[in-house]
Amino acid sequence: MSKKQIKILANPSHSLSTRIIRALKQNYELYLIFLPVLVYYIVFYYVPMTGIVLAFKNYAPAKGIWGSAWVGLKHFENFFSSPNFTRTLVNTLRISIASIVVGFPAPIIFALLLNELRLRRTKKIIQTVSYMPHFISLVVAVGLVMDFVQRDGIINDIIAFFGGERIAFMTEPNWFTPIYVLSGVWQEIGWSSIIYLAAIAGVSADLYEAAAIDGAGRFRQLLHVTLPGIMPTIVILFIMRVGNIMSIGYEKIILMYNDLVLDKADIIASYVYRIAFGAAPDYGYSTAVGLFNTVINIFLLVATNYITGKVNDTTLW
Amino acid sequence: MKTYKQSLGANIFDVFNLILLLAIAFICLYPMIYVIMASLSSPSLLMQHSGLLLKPLGLHFDAYKSVLANPDITTGYANTLFYVVIGTILSDALTMMAAYVVSRKKFPLRNFFNIILILTMFINGGLIPSYLNIQNLGLLNTRLSQILPVAVSAYNVIILRTYMTSIPVSLEESARMDGASHLRVLFCIIFPLCLPVFAVITLYYAVGTWNSWFNAMIYLTDRSKYPLQLFLREILILNETDSLINSNAASGIEQVQISETIKYATIVISTVPILCIYPFLQKYFVKGVMIGAVKE
Repeated sequence: MSKKQIKILANPSHSLSTRIIRALKQNYELYLIFLPVLVYYIVFYYVPMTGIVLAFKNYAPAKGIWGSAWVGLKHFENFFSSPNFTRTLVNTLRISIASIVVGFPAPIIFALLLNELRLRRTKKIIQTVSYMPHFISLVVAVGLVMDFVQRDGIINDIIAFFGGERIAFMTEPNWFTPIYVLSGVWQEIGWSSIIYLAAIAGVSADLYEAAAIDGAGRFRQLLHVTLPGIMPTIVILFIMRVGNIMSIGYEKIILMYNDLVLDKADIIASYVYRIAFGAAPDYGYSTAVGLFNTVINIFLLVATNYITGKVNDTTLW
Repeated sequence: MKTYKQSLGANIFDVFNLILLLAIAFICLYPMIYVIMASLSSPSLLMQHSGLLLKPLGLHFDAYKSVLANPDITTGYANTLFYVVIGTILSDALTMMAAYVVSRKKFPLRNFFNIILILTMFINGGLIPSYLNIQNLGLLNTRLSQILPVAVSAYNVIILRTYMTSIPVSLEESARMDGASHLRVLFCIIFPLCLPVFAVITLYYAVGTWNSWFNAMIYLTDRSKYPLQLFLREILILNETDSLINSNAASGIEQVQISETIKYATIVISTVPILCIYPFLQKYFVKGVMIGAVKE
């Protein structure tokens, strides 16, 4: 029995309500300080969550969310039986997996190579420059990408220089994923490397010394000291990244795609956006499709959180 | 660090490594160089040009004149500044209050409030419920719709909370003993100690608002309230440069040519402020990434 419980049992005159009042009085200031934040979260996060019921209703603007008629799982059935279901699901997974396969190792390799650079000033400058694309807004970044890959843009100039055919990248469906992924690497390679560089800096110098005494050259030190040293960081970030597999930045998709590439570019989230604000808006259906995506996300996050917990226990992190 | 005699292989690796890293740095840097140089170039020469552009072709400021004379751009700029300044002040205040409360170790509802915050990182109503919520609150097409929905980010609260938890309790306890209120402790003891991290979240909020466009696109209908990014979207993504071109600037071909340099001038004007600031604030950003990563 805990101390608290003993105290309560020993003094039965303290009823629940007096205890609550005392607790409130004791911390009234903290409640007051938190109150605006609490109100904010209720109004802007928790009230909209109740709007999820729309997924099971036919929304009629005149009747509002609660007055609209229930339709059960109709929206979900419609979604699962429509060609858009497979299309958006496959696109979401393809773009996401490609982003992981190319985008996950890139900053690790960049950090490792940067760490091998002995010129400290140059290293600092390269680092600073590599962060730059991260600060360019999505609108401008996508605008730049479109400009660079257009018919007389620099990428096509380079292709033409080596005797290749100019490619209409933005209107060629099969090029959508590579452009999306590579521009993402360009924008985030430096920024994402920060955490790995910090992990590398945390590897004990003794280990390098010991390895050097044992005759390990730089490459072997990299392989047997640096890499194992940052492995816990890599593993955890990888698991978290996989947990986010179904949540892609839809803002970038919406900026980048056009009717010609829709077949390969439309992900679940951009589809949700299009049905909601397109020519014939369907709020109920849009909410249902969005909810489908959210539920999978939560499932994946809970699963990966569980796995991370396990990994955390077994590794040195 | 001592330098040791290296093998030939290691020397070759060093050279290749340096070249590779410089190439990556160049790829990161070149788009902005190109944009700046193109914005200063003569429109007709730019059209004929192919390959790398490392210095302006001619020196023309006409594009900047048209951009700065354009009411859309100046309106967008003013709106963005308004959203950034007011939004960041509000965000900072709310984030600090939230972080202070959930970092009090003796506060009984601490965990409950923590869960309220963290849940919002995983679950949200989604696009339509959020939109209808803004509509029901009467915020559609108001400037507040650009500030309130993104006022507090749970992620930033967690960063600040983590830092506050690491501050020794003895500091505030002695102040509390002397009768200082929580608000006083927050402003006179905790806040000054949190300044470096506070700088980080201020920058996160400010950059986030400066670069945001999606909420503006769905919540605003009135062009006079548009932030800069939404006008940029029209110019860069939807290719609507007509409003920018001086109509008495003669022929169609010339108009097409000018619209290109105007595009680049707009990018420079909207992006260069942040690009000039971030190198100086780099160490704070790095700190934020680190604290965010070890949040648990």
